[in-house]
Amino acid sequence: MVSIRLTVDNVERTAEVEPRTLLVHALREQLGKVGTVVGCDTSNCGACTVLLDGESVKSCSVLAVQADGSTVDTVQGLAQPDGTLHPIQQAFHEHHGLQCGYCTPGMLMRAVCLLSENPTPTEEEVRHGMEGNMCRCTGYQGIVDAVMAASQAMSDSYGANQSSIAEPAGVAS
Amino acid sequence: MTTTADRPDTAEVGQSRLRKEDRRLLTGRTRWTDNLELPGMVHLALVRSPVANATITGIDTTEAAAAPGVVGVWTGEDLPEQGAMPIAWTVSDNLKVPSLMPLAVGTVKHVGDVVAVVAATSKDAADDAAGMVDVSYDELLVVMDPIAALEADSPLVHPELGTNVCATWGMDSVALGTGGDVEEAIRAAEADPDQVVIRRTLRQNRITPAFVEPRSIVVDPTAEQVTMWSATQVPHILRILLAMTQPVDEHELRVIAPDVGGGFGGKLQATREEALVLLIALRLQLPVKYTETRMESMQSAHHARDQVQRLTLAARKDGTITAFDVDLVADMGAYLGILTAGIPLLGGFMFNGIYKIPAYRFFCTDVFTNKVMTDAYRGAGKPEATFGIERMMDELAVELGLDPIEVRRRNWINPDEFPYATVAGLTYDSGNYDQATDRALELFDYDGLRAEQARRRESNDPVQLGIGVCTFVELSGLAPSRVLGSLNYGSGGWEHASIRMLPTGKVEVAAGTTPHGQGHATAFAQLVSDELGIPFEDITLISGDTATVPRGMDTYGSRSLVVGGMAIVGAARRVVEKARPLAAHLLEADPNDLEYDRGTFTVRGTDTSKTIPEIALAMWLAHDLPDGMEACLDSESTFDPENFSYPTGTHLAAVEVDTETGKVTLRDYVCVQDVGVLVNPMIVDGQVHGGLTQGIGQAMYEEIRYSEDGQLTSGSLADYLVPHAPDVPRYRTDTTVTHATTNTLGVKAVGETGTTAAPPAIVNGVLDALRPLGVTDITMPTTPLKVWSAIQAARSEKGGAS
Repeated sequence: MVSIRLTVDNVERTAEVEPRTLLVHALREQLGKVGTVVGCDTSNCGACTVLLDGESVKSCSVLAVQADGSTVDTVQGLAQPDGTLHPIQQAFHEHHGLQCGYCTPGMLMRAVCLLSENPTPTEEEVRHGMEGNMCRCTGYQGIVDAVMAASQAMSDSYGANQSSIAEPAGVAS
Repeated sequence: MTTTADRPDTAEVGQSRLRKEDRRLLTGRTRWTDNLELPGMVHLALVRSPVANATITGIDTTEAAAAPGVVGVWTGEDLPEQGAMPIAWTVSDNLKVPSLMPLAVGTVKHVGDVVAVVAATSKDAADDAAGMVDVSYDELLVVMDPIAALEADSPLVHPELGTNVCATWGMDSVALGTGGDVEEAIRAAEADPDQVVIRRTLRQNRITPAFVEPRSIVVDPTAEQVTMWSATQVPHILRILLAMTQPVDEHELRVIAPDVGGGFGGKLQATREEALVLLIALRLQLPVKYTETRMESMQSAHHARDQVQRLTLAARKDGTITAFDVDLVADMGAYLGILTAGIPLLGGFMFNGIYKIPAYRFFCTDVFTNKVMTDAYRGAGKPEATFGIERMMDELAVELGLDPIEVRRRNWINPDEFPYATVAGLTYDSGNYDQATDRALELFDYDGLRAEQARRRESNDPVQLGIGVCTFVELSGLAPSRVLGSLNYGSGGWEHASIRMLPTGKVEVAAGTTPHGQGHATAFAQLVSDELGIPFEDITLISGDTATVPRGMDTYGSRSLVVGGMAIVGAARRVVEKARPLAAHLLEADPNDLEYDRGTFTVRGTDTSKTIPEIALAMWLAHDLPDGMEACLDSESTFDPENFSYPTGTHLAAVEVDTETGKVTLRDYVCVQDVGVLVNPMIVDGQVHGGLTQGIGQAMYEEIRYSEDGQLTSGSLADYLVPHAPDVPRYRTDTTVTHATTNTLGVKAVGETGTTAAPPAIVNGVLDALRPLGVTDITMPTTPLKVWSAIQAARSEKGGAS
């Protein structure tokens, strides 16, 4: 077993993992972060997407030991501590960007990263930017609409108060 | 009948309410089955067959049993208490039912068949030990093609059955009394110079539901009732079927479907994995969990479709159909799931589509092969049927040189002909195919696209434009119990609901249908709010648990609103009737002098009134009730529909086909649907978008493939191509509304429309683009290789002929 230290959703954590343990399994089984889920075993579905040091990764494709010393942000840290939803979460709600909700944690985290890299994407850029995440319920239209709307909302708020649009609200320093 | 015109602007029904469900799902505060951890819980790993047909000659579990953390290893021989898995639909007297045990005994029949189970203190330990189980197989010849399986010298999947034919089932318009003799009509057509007879053999590709949440099961035997959590669509049905087949009685078992990550029919099953987790939990008297990997899901969760359709259509040269003959061969796979043998039959009622057909016959041969079983998937038999008739309508249009819309228009049921008794023995209650089609043509700019198509053909553009058409009706809202009985289906089709009136004025709706993404909590709250005048926010849904919702038939066949919703409305109306005498008592008025409107009883001609929450509190206090009144306002209702629900619509696809590469691009997709009165238009749109994407997946991308020796070669999401965001266009949708006449709200079903209509619309579009090149058929999915090969074959044929 190997001991690793991570900052997960703003809290410093340690875990004892096997060298083969995947980050997603460490999150779910050792750190109680069951909001992040597993949908496949070939890194095709993206349901397990989290931010690793601010970049979206499929946490089934990262060994837990590789994340030692890193910051991991999951869907469970995305809203403000007072419960205010992140603009991405709010936009998914308003644009029916989820049905069963299983792909949603990964979709949200990928969308956060996409908008940090490209704050004002076109629809085509959103579709390609979200390509690594599979949804079987929505046909993607609500998801695409939500990401576009979140882009707009975050740009507006950026214009209004010059705050960072890249960081999830829950991890804003 | 309540209609939208009667409804006040403040009504909840008709509003795009944002979903109650969303907040938990958006914040990761979820309860998927795999999230559950219980004290002392052990984990299972399954040993699955790597070969498609074999005799098991030995299983050595010694090394696995001695591995670290292992609690037990069992083979089929070690579990004498295991019972054969159930089927729920005895389709015919000649049905042959192969034995399917939770753990295989002696033989395996497809790759993924379950041979042994390992229990260990961690998932990793169980997986490691499963790899140490040494199974010896004596391989046998396999049969993978359903037509080959019918040949006299074919290997038999189940030699003890003596045949690969699982069942045959037929219906025809003479026996039904709905039309003429199909053979006679086709013979007459062949002899008639004013008629054409078109024969085609079409293929429905094998696909899989591909729900995103893999199936997961936890069983806890430590409470008074053994509790099973399962990622299932059907907790109530599952409980009954497990109690009937495994060593547990119904009253000793509680089944819970917690958050469930999609189903689409794929979780409408009683699975051997569920039985195994139950059996091992009972053996160990410990909580047990099993969660499948995606690869296990692909090789064990049921597949769908997989039919060969031999179709004969006769029509006059003006386009009017005179006969339609359907001869199906449907691939069951190796075993029967609960509805496997009956799924193709559902199509028998739908091959006539929206058309007036004077002579009709349907005959189906269910066939065993060495593949995973097929069973329900979004549409279940109806998408297959719609594909058959809608492809044939285009073939007829081409044969006669008519526009595909026009040939349909000449055959479809006119608005003034409803209710319409069909040749397949159903009665369509309402519809207006002209209205939906005209709206779709307008949205699509049909004439403009036809002009562009002509220009591209003229200029020999390497990228050709095709226009695909599908006009459809769908048999949904399963189901009238009497009809199910007449088909030897193993259950009723009713649905149950209860309304629990809480003393603080809030409401719990306990519904027998169980959601996995459909928005029940939102839509049902809208229904109840209108009936009881309770604010939307004050209504919550309880579902998916046999202890808290004792009666239910669960979720499939687009039944949640048109059957389940009607039970909820019925229960709410009983609350009102129970409240009336207490309201009268409190208002010191005659019950007959009370007017009721959305939650408020008013004494006629006065402004004195009592609201439902006031009455609920008074009932709970029970201080001042009329003599003999029971102190309970809660009510329940069981609704059994008198008829199915028939959503309809017109779908139009604009596809671009690169004739040099074979790549098909879906440029535009318009659909105008009539799903009756809309309860929540946003949710309806979501259902349509999702269904379309799955239908487009079947048409363009998805295919379960097996090698000749029975290996599953599309066994992961890297090989089985579910559409992702860039693979589908922005859909353009609209609705027209004719009221269902078979329920009080005028609502129709919606969930399965997209998977039903999209495949023929896409394939008709691809063929429309390529017919000038001589291409006459391409099987689904229309991959670049298949399209390119079809173009090459047509060109060389043309070249050879000239």
